[in-house]
Amino acid sequence: MSKLGIIIKREYLRRVSKKSFIILTILTPFLFVAMIAVTFWLATIKGDEVHTVAIMDTTGKYASLFKDTESYRFIHSDKSLSDYRQNPDKEITAFLTITDDLLKNPKAAALYSEKQIPGELSRMVNQVLTKQLESEKLASYDIPNLKEIIADSKVNFSIQTIKWGEDGKEGASSTMVASLVGILFTVIVFMFIMMYGAMVMQGVMEEKTNRIIEIMVSSVRPFDLMMGKIVGIGFVGLTQVFLWGILTFVLTGIGQFALGGAVDPATIGQGANMMSPAMDMTDMGSMGQTGEWLEILSTINFTEIISFFILYFIGGYLLYASVFAAIGSAVDQPEDTQQFMTPILIFMTFAFYAGMYSMENPDGPLAFWCSFIPLTSPIVMMIRLPFDVPMWQNIVSVVLLYATSIGITWLSAKIYRVGILMYGKKPNIKEMIKWVKYK
Amino acid sequence: MNFLKTEDVVKQYSGHLALNKVSIEVPEGKIFGLLGPNGAGKTTLIRIINRITAPDSGSVLFDGRKSRPEDIYRIGYMPEERGLYKKMKVGEQAVYLAQLKGLSYPEARKRLVKWFEEFEIISWWNKKLEELSKGMQQKVQFIITVIHEPELLIFDEPFSGFDPVNTDRLKQEILKLKEAGRTIIFSTHNMSSVEEICDDIALINRSEVVLSGHVSEIRSRFKTNTFTLIVRSRVNPADLPPDLFSVLKLNVSDDSTELQIKKSGELSNSELLVRLAKQYEIISFTEELPSMNDIFINTVSGTNL
Repeated sequence: MSKLGIIIKREYLRRVSKKSFIILTILTPFLFVAMIAVTFWLATIKGDEVHTVAIMDTTGKYASLFKDTESYRFIHSDKSLSDYRQNPDKEITAFLTITDDLLKNPKAAALYSEKQIPGELSRMVNQVLTKQLESEKLASYDIPNLKEIIADSKVNFSIQTIKWGEDGKEGASSTMVASLVGILFTVIVFMFIMMYGAMVMQGVMEEKTNRIIEIMVSSVRPFDLMMGKIVGIGFVGLTQVFLWGILTFVLTGIGQFALGGAVDPATIGQGANMMSPAMDMTDMGSMGQTGEWLEILSTINFTEIISFFILYFIGGYLLYASVFAAIGSAVDQPEDTQQFMTPILIFMTFAFYAGMYSMENPDGPLAFWCSFIPLTSPIVMMIRLPFDVPMWQNIVSVVLLYATSIGITWLSAKIYRVGILMYGKKPNIKEMIKWVKYK
Repeated sequence: MNFLKTEDVVKQYSGHLALNKVSIEVPEGKIFGLLGPNGAGKTTLIRIINRITAPDSGSVLFDGRKSRPEDIYRIGYMPEERGLYKKMKVGEQAVYLAQLKGLSYPEARKRLVKWFEEFEIISWWNKKLEELSKGMQQKVQFIITVIHEPELLIFDEPFSGFDPVNTDRLKQEILKLKEAGRTIIFSTHNMSSVEEICDDIALINRSEVVLSGHVSEIRSRFKTNTFTLIVRSRVNPADLPPDLFSVLKLNVSDDSTELQIKKSGELSNSELLVRLAKQYEIISFTEELPSMNDIFINTVSGTNL
């Protein structure tokens, strides 16, 4: 086995055999699924309390319109509001007073309560009264069959968004589904770079502060040592993501089976919507049916996305990890990493927000340029991919990313080589540039 | 024959000349002492020999030809700042490092078990390094240095941090390695150990070699023609021949006298002894060679002036 192979093997095995790794890998999908489940559960949960609403309708026209629901019970009361004010009735949450014909005097109805009136209740009251008033008004026009005419004229329209495929096929596409897929992959890439980049940095610093580095570099080239660490940890990350993927898939399968396939896509959509308010709401309505969902999902080219995902994943990781390795080699103390970490964090955060923004406008100038800049492209491009980015853009972006990664790795290796043997000096960027020039 | 040679090695760090035309010759099968005060450039030179850093100019020769990348497998290096992976199991760690030195897994394991048994630390094989005492860690470090049976061993300040028992043990191990025909470079401040085990030395001060050669040859080069003489009688200073030597010290006891004399002129030791023997009954006559410690301090502070 080559030196590089031995180092990769050790870095990999040492980390995947750690208890913390195993526990985290197994637990995270459960946590993830549990988190989603709790979100849905909280969204669907209804208070089991039944509120009583007293209706004081002096006209007698409207009181009978209100039917009891799961949460509200309506009672008719002959007392006046001032009676209740003097002798409070704890049982009653709210009072609805109607004092006049509402068509003539729309201000004649009001809701009173000692507490904040739930939005749900006022919505319900509005709905009931509006409907009644509408039909009253229609009746007042005295046109025969008017109701039928109106019912007939009601059109439920929702625009279909269709993208022409290269093979001339037309596929129904959905911005929302594409965005969801994009976000998922982007978050994975982002998290991965942060987590494992930091791990590379820690590993390098560990070897330096342990002083084992001098023994290591007397047997292997510093470049092999650095690459071994980056690649080994990269494999750890791939293993983790792969296991998470499988576990989540299995868990969702089990969950769906347990619920009898009753997972309503609309609910999932709602959940997703809560997580990302920027998303287009109008898509929601058109996606009531599971079939439609699957149809839309099937228009997304997953083979292409996953291939590019892996490419960007590796390229982006390589780029950032080698920078992290160089930083780790240059410092003696963890506190000193801060000054170098800040610019990187700014870049990554920018990339993340640029990605989120690109979701709104996947072909806009920000999205366009950020998907070529190597420091942002792994993150931004992942968002754009489900929207079918032209192939030439993909290729240029990947080539640029890999060319830069290799260049940065080369530079980092030069800094690393000098940095790992430097002690007691607080390095700065100027110093590090000098190291690059050392023989 | 020289196993290793450096020729005019120059190494410059930003604004600081670490090595200035350093040439040393390390004979095969000998123990070579690389001496010098802190910051003189010893560790830089060792790193260049180890190919950890490259010289700006000059060259390192192995067996008379330029050193090649694979030469590092012929070197076993124990750095001054010793360290291992704290969280890793001792045995696993040793196997890993031995593999990086080019041994196959089974071979590395076999040899390590043998060494661990010899050093009586085999029961620590599955312990994490941080659980070991410092002395034991140093044993592990030594084993890792020699495990691939390198022809050249480099010990940078090997005795720092060792207790006297372990220092002696290490000295014996180093001498054993020499018997086995290995070449050893030995960087140290500890001058008594230099006299004890080094055959040749090079003294580096302020980035330059200021002194080199055989230990015995250097000591006689620095001789001050001082002798300690003990004779069986009471000596009256006035009776001594005035032209042969000057008396530095005179200790008269009941039946003998101890003198420290400094020879003057071109007289050989034998002639001096003959002249003295005519006059006195001689009990002992010893030439006082300066210790390496004196030479070190002299040379270093001399060039510092």
